[in-house]
Amino acid sequence: MDWTWFHRFGSPPHLYGLAGRLVPWFAWPAALAIAAGLYGGLVLAPPDYQQGDGFRIIYVHAPSAWLSLMAYTWMAVAAAIGLVWRMKVAHAMAASCAPIGAWFTVAALCTGMLWGKPMWGTYWVWDPRLTAELVLLFLYLGYLGLRSAIEDPQRADRASAVLAVVGVVNVPIVRYSVEWWNSIHQAPSVMKFGKPTISWPMLTPLLIMFVGFTLLFLALVLVRVRGEILRRERQARWVSEVIAA
Amino acid sequence: MSGFLSMGGYASSVWPAVALTFGIIAWNIVAARRSFAAARAEARRRIAAGDPS
Amino acid sequence: MSGTWQAARLVVERDLRLAFRNRGQLLHPLLFFAIVATLFPLALSPEPSRLRDVAPGVLWIGALLASLLAVEFLYREDAQDGTLEQFALSGRSLTWLLFAKTATHWLLSGLPLALMSPIAAYALAVPPAALPGIVAAVSIGTIALSLLGAVSAALTIGIRRGGALLSLLTLPLAVPLLIFGAQATARAIEGSDMAAPLYFLAAFAVLGVTLAPLAAAAAVRISLE
Repeated sequence: MDWTWFHRFGSPPHLYGLAGRLVPWFAWPAALAIAAGLYGGLVLAPPDYQQGDGFRIIYVHAPSAWLSLMAYTWMAVAAAIGLVWRMKVAHAMAASCAPIGAWFTVAALCTGMLWGKPMWGTYWVWDPRLTAELVLLFLYLGYLGLRSAIEDPQRADRASAVLAVVGVVNVPIVRYSVEWWNSIHQAPSVMKFGKPTISWPMLTPLLIMFVGFTLLFLALVLVRVRGEILRRERQARWVSEVIAA
Repeated sequence: MSGFLSMGGYASSVWPAVALTFGIIAWNIVAARRSFAAARAEARRRIAAGDPS
Repeated sequence: MSGTWQAARLVVERDLRLAFRNRGQLLHPLLFFAIVATLFPLALSPEPSRLRDVAPGVLWIGALLASLLAVEFLYREDAQDGTLEQFALSGRSLTWLLFAKTATHWLLSGLPLALMSPIAAYALAVPPAALPGIVAAVSIGTIALSLLGAVSAALTIGIRRGGALLSLLTLPLAVPLLIFGAQATARAIEGSDMAAPLYFLAAFAVLGVTLAPLAAAAAVRISLE
């Protein structure tokens, strides 16, 4: 098998240039998909037979939650690659994922709470999804905290990478145990409505939103990763060539 | 139009959720660009100072 | 292999001897646990039925915080006086040496906590029949906690005022232990079958035994770079 693509991908100047060229190819389709998905979700999709128009929050809540988990997975995979192959760009990638993931975890939590108000009559219920999302936020904050506490950038990269890998083993366990915990403590009559039954006219805009948020994530990561590469390649000659141009 | 804005009585949940999500999207776009611009400005400053380290 | 085994035994002996030379530090987490268990009745109510309801939560949050307090000192002196560096350079498996170190740490902090938990539980109006189950749950749970703490303590080696960061890293990862541990305790108090949550705790302990020393060794190496 030819591994040159892997080495080329791992070369900082190559990825720096490639990321710069790719950003518009992700950013504009993302904008288009999110606009279309939002129009479809807020206007075209029929109201839910139980929740009326309240269920439309799903079109911003679910994609945010999806992005928050996807960012964590990417971060852990990039961190593992960085640890195993000592690849600078992989650490740059992991560092770029964390703040984005943390912000969209906040988005998923807040929209979940806004959805909870009409559904449960209160902003916060210890619903398993919300609880797991809250734990995910703490994991992100721990990762960012560890990164900022270590002054030496290389050590910060590698130590936070270990944490990301340990964390990604834990995320499914947390998710599962919170479900189990909730099934034991399930308070009856908390749910005023059942889960929305989803039909194709409702699902299509949601799927478009998922695609849009994925593309948005990729575009954001590519912008950030260029900065992170520059921070890690201070000494390299290619940086002065690129910056001077 | 007013029917759309009132969201069948759920306006007070739906619109803040949408606004918040788009606020966070906008902030992430700004923050990502700022982070890149800051890294580039720093690299430029180092090069101008003739300090490769 | 026999060399590694011998080295691990030496680490255990050395850590035990050092710990008994400095007995005060051994008592701090236990005292902390006792004080937490004392404060809850004062804050809530001395009524036995209410105390029994909150006992699983009190015991597990107390045990979690106490073992967090203990794990902060796991590597501190060894990192300062260069012992960890010697470990890494010794040619023996750093993973095994750290595993030995963590096992000793559990003997000195987790096991005493487990042995003290029935006293605290009894004071929280838990019926005596439930006490053996509680000891079992806390012993298994603290094994997993010590291993988890060994990883996050290794990540925060050399960070000034790393204590708060250590809790920020460890506590979210300890959520499953808290859930299953408190559930096992609650079932022991009810007198119902506590096998299922206990098996989960044991599964986490096994997962910790297999993975945590590897991660801790990686983190220690990074801190020495």
